[in-house]
Amino acid sequence: MTKHATSLTKRTLLKTAGAAALSAPFVNRAWASTVELTMLGWYGTAEPDMVGAFEEANNVKFVPKYYAGGDNMLAALAQNPPGTFDIIHTDAEYAKLLIANDLVMQLDPSDYPMDDLLHPDFRKFPGHWDADGTMYSLISRFGHLGVSYNTEAMTAEEAGTYEAFWMPKLEGKVGHFDWHLPSLGQMSLLEGNESPFDIDGDAWEAVQARTLSLKPQVGGYFDFGGTFAGLKNGEMLAMCGIGDWVTGILERDGAPVSSVIPKEGGIQWTESYSIVGTSEKKDMALKYLAYTMSPEGQVKTAQMLGYPGHCVTEAGRAMLQKVDMAEAKRSGQIDGHPNEPIALIEAGRIHYRDIPVQQDLEDWNDFWSEYKNA
Amino acid sequence: MKPRLNAYALTFRLPILIWQALFFLGPLLFMIAMSFFLVRNYRMEEAFVMKNWERMLSRGFVWDSYWYTLGMAALASLTASLLAFPAAFALAFRTSESVRRWAIFLLVIPFFTSYLVRTFSWYVILAESGVINAGLGAVGLGPFTMLNTAFGTLVGYMTLTLPLVVILQTVTLAGIDPSLIQAARNLGCPPWRTIPSVVLPAAKTGMVVAALFAFILSFGDFVAPYYLGGSKPPTLPILIIDTTKAGQQWPRAAVVAVIMMVTLFVIAFAAIAFAYRRRASR
Repeated sequence: MTKHATSLTKRTLLKTAGAAALSAPFVNRAWASTVELTMLGWYGTAEPDMVGAFEEANNVKFVPKYYAGGDNMLAALAQNPPGTFDIIHTDAEYAKLLIANDLVMQLDPSDYPMDDLLHPDFRKFPGHWDADGTMYSLISRFGHLGVSYNTEAMTAEEAGTYEAFWMPKLEGKVGHFDWHLPSLGQMSLLEGNESPFDIDGDAWEAVQARTLSLKPQVGGYFDFGGTFAGLKNGEMLAMCGIGDWVTGILERDGAPVSSVIPKEGGIQWTESYSIVGTSEKKDMALKYLAYTMSPEGQVKTAQMLGYPGHCVTEAGRAMLQKVDMAEAKRSGQIDGHPNEPIALIEAGRIHYRDIPVQQDLEDWNDFWSEYKNA
Repeated sequence: MKPRLNAYALTFRLPILIWQALFFLGPLLFMIAMSFFLVRNYRMEEAFVMKNWERMLSRGFVWDSYWYTLGMAALASLTASLLAFPAAFALAFRTSESVRRWAIFLLVIPFFTSYLVRTFSWYVILAESGVINAGLGAVGLGPFTMLNTAFGTLVGYMTLTLPLVVILQTVTLAGIDPSLIQAARNLGCPPWRTIPSVVLPAAKTGMVVAALFAFILSFGDFVAPYYLGGSKPPTLPILIIDTTKAGQQWPRAAVVAVIMMVTLFVIAFAAIAFAYRRRASR
């Protein structure tokens, strides 16, 4: 009887075991050098299109934990033991809560190209710095919220005012992104409030009355997925409380939707990165933050598959125009474009999103529930 | 004679008791306790205050959501029971044992896929540009708005509950002695009368339990009213989510959750009492 070629002999067993024993330390070393960075962020911020190149270059593995809405981010922080997260990606109005609760570490502005930021406000953005002038959160991208609409159902001129939501042809076809801050902020702008989130009792009453009058037009209140589906299948012809961060994705796919900043003004969402104070991987986290401000990192934030945003640095924008002019044009990130985001800010048409200043956040939320039930 | 503690029986019963204590009773007690906690600076603090209860019970929108949720769950329970009955009756009395077995297997298959995915698939069917409206449009009708309405919510509830209700009703009806129906027919009962006079009384317990399951599942469902009903108006599960979004108000969300639990307990006990009442008196 002949022996089968692949049968295990004492010699091959010894060889294999010896090879395994000798290579084990190297395998172990390779594993040990891979740093895992856990990021708490909006959907898409730790996907391969965003972090893949950095992971490869630095032997890092990002572990994402996604949320939608700043309160869910705070909930995730409260529900997990200290040290769970290394990097937090959030909006400015929630970054200031992280600072107030001493949850994030101090950053050194000289590590980043602050002089290259596209707008002077970005250099010391409200919510990213504490009252003593210490920076805790690094601006990464931004976007504007206005009137989002189906281009086959209405024109850009018609969408040029929040009054458009009350158009008879939109009855039952106006959707809300189901978060009170952006929608009520837009109603506040329509009421003529210069600072839409810093309003007195009378102005707040007027905002509520105006919002309630929109109810007959409303087709539904949607989360991220529902908003996409509603706009894509034509169930909703206009959306309140969103902007290019939603319609941009659909537009890239050829859907007949767009967003404009109406004459009453738009609201800006501003995202930033912070490093959790209890993180044990602060060095690598700092390296990633620096990467997000590099031209390459900035282009990735603008092209992010999860949802698009605008570059915050000159160099980032220049590189975007070089490598993806179509996206730069689509999102207005070229000089002279009617929706050029920095020009809109300078023209005073953009207001930074905030939490209510003169009312409790829960009062706004209670009204939102009342409105949904009306 | 006093029953003695049987170590053998206890060995088998203890895991269930421990499981219930750890994963049902414990969290339930914590949820009740949490409804008295406070939130300061977006952080929950242990306390014993009535503030959350006072605030939530005094808000009109909470009661609006409560009655809407209760009504929709009752409607879902009734609709599922009515829609399931002809199918269950046919499977129980008009098909062979093997066909029934296959049918039950097929009814279990929907549970293999995510409920969320099944719900989203209704978008293609119910949208104004969807399959139903395309069909109706071909005969000059519509389009009708079905998504983001109470009808959409009901369709979602049926997606969740109907297969289960059909299975429970089929198993119940299949357990009825066919000679009872035959006897009724021999005694002159017309076929249509056998259902209310013989079948339903004999299957009462199973029918009520099936309807109760439909009610419980619908009452606590977040997906259908949110994605097919457009959160318009919101049900209690949606209200829980909305409340947690308002500055980490988990204690107030716990108030809504406790109200839901109490409602479910009352309805479940009432339904079970009704289901077994006559049988016990026999």
